[in-house]
Amino acid sequence: MIKTDVLIIGAGPVGLFAVHQLGIKGLKCEVIDNLDKAGGQCIELYPDKPIYDIPAVPECNGKSLTDDLMKQIKPFKAGFHFNERVQEVKEDAKNWKITTNLGKSFSSPNIIIAGGVGSFEPRRLPLKELEKFENKSVFYAVRNKESLKNKNIMIFGGGDSALDWALELSKQNKVTLVHRRNEFRGAPHTLSELQDLRSKNKISIKTPFQIEKINTGGQLKSVTIKSDDGNSEDVQTDIILGFFGLIMQLGPIADWGLNMSKKTIDVNTENFETNRKGIFAVGDICNYPGKLKLILSGFHEAALASVECFKRARPNEKFRFQFTTSSKEIQERLGVKND
Amino acid sequence: MTKIIFIDSKGEKKSVEVENGLTVMEGAVQNNIPEIDADCGGSMACATCHVYVQDDWYDKITKCEDAEQDMIDMAFEPKKNSRLSCQIIVNENLEGLVVTTPKQQN
Repeated sequence: MIKTDVLIIGAGPVGLFAVHQLGIKGLKCEVIDNLDKAGGQCIELYPDKPIYDIPAVPECNGKSLTDDLMKQIKPFKAGFHFNERVQEVKEDAKNWKITTNLGKSFSSPNIIIAGGVGSFEPRRLPLKELEKFENKSVFYAVRNKESLKNKNIMIFGGGDSALDWALELSKQNKVTLVHRRNEFRGAPHTLSELQDLRSKNKISIKTPFQIEKINTGGQLKSVTIKSDDGNSEDVQTDIILGFFGLIMQLGPIADWGLNMSKKTIDVNTENFETNRKGIFAVGDICNYPGKLKLILSGFHEAALASVECFKRARPNEKFRFQFTTSSKEIQERLGVKND
Repeated sequence: MTKIIFIDSKGEKKSVEVENGLTVMEGAVQNNIPEIDADCGGSMACATCHVYVQDDWYDKITKCEDAEQDMIDMAFEPKKNSRLSCQIIVNENLEGLVVTTPKQQN
């Protein structure tokens, strides 16, 4: 059990800035994120796209914004828990007890949900009956390619991940690559390598095809794919791999007894607390009249939530508002050397 | 204002008036069209505002760019007439545009 002043869900820009606002108040935080690194949507969806509306930063991008925020919060030594998703939140005396999908548990008087539109999960193929084969013969990531040896593999998707795995696995497997249109999106050398393999009959490429049904008898036997003009083909398949990128799913947050509007959490605009005391929501995931889904709005929300977090984490201390420009205490926490 | 008609995956029709200059996605969100999620808010990064444009309208709207096609690759059951509604800007020439929403956005 990890005890902390504030547990932050989501390591996107707003979750990271919450670490800063809590840190200058002397509060310790732990941050949980389902991705393997900090940055949230900024890193996962648009690392290279320019951002022009961060105050006093005329232009940056998702990657540089994340890097700068990480640098800004470095002095506060927050604990980061990547590749984990918060599963359960329970009341435990005056604290919240939080458990992740990997069984790690935390105890904290405050939870700040800075979860964007939810956690990133792989997009799945549209067939319901594939669910029961997931992690047996249907995968959305390759963990161990050795375990796939001697299998007939069908790969769905037309982007980098699909192409890279098609090339890699065709060295050891019979691979059928299926994509809904004739154009693939990949680096030029990847595309030419693919054409090369195709001309040598080392890979089978089916376009424009999509999955129609699977044929099973206890285990996966073959996959029927169909084209736009109605042609169907049956391909002997042991393993299906789907690479359709990631989608954001709200997940277990919906079960925590919070008042919600559609996929967002209702908060007050004084301290961004939800209907449950000590649970806050900031950034894209919170909802209030006039809410704008801007990074800068999330920064403001995190700053206000941090004040209430302080009061709850330090009930016997009086909160004093201080500026970073003049407060010796804050500057010490930031590790600023004054001479 | 331009009339846009949304047909949901069960065939239910809803006609809404959308201000010119907004996107079809924004029109859907403002009018609580249920099968449009628009998770990324229109930055063409999520494919959760995916619609099927009625065939006779498909060629009348601005063309689908490569980056949009790449995103549609990720959508649930894409078809030839698939578009992202955040990339269709409403103008008076679209009066009566008909789009169908897919039964799932992920």
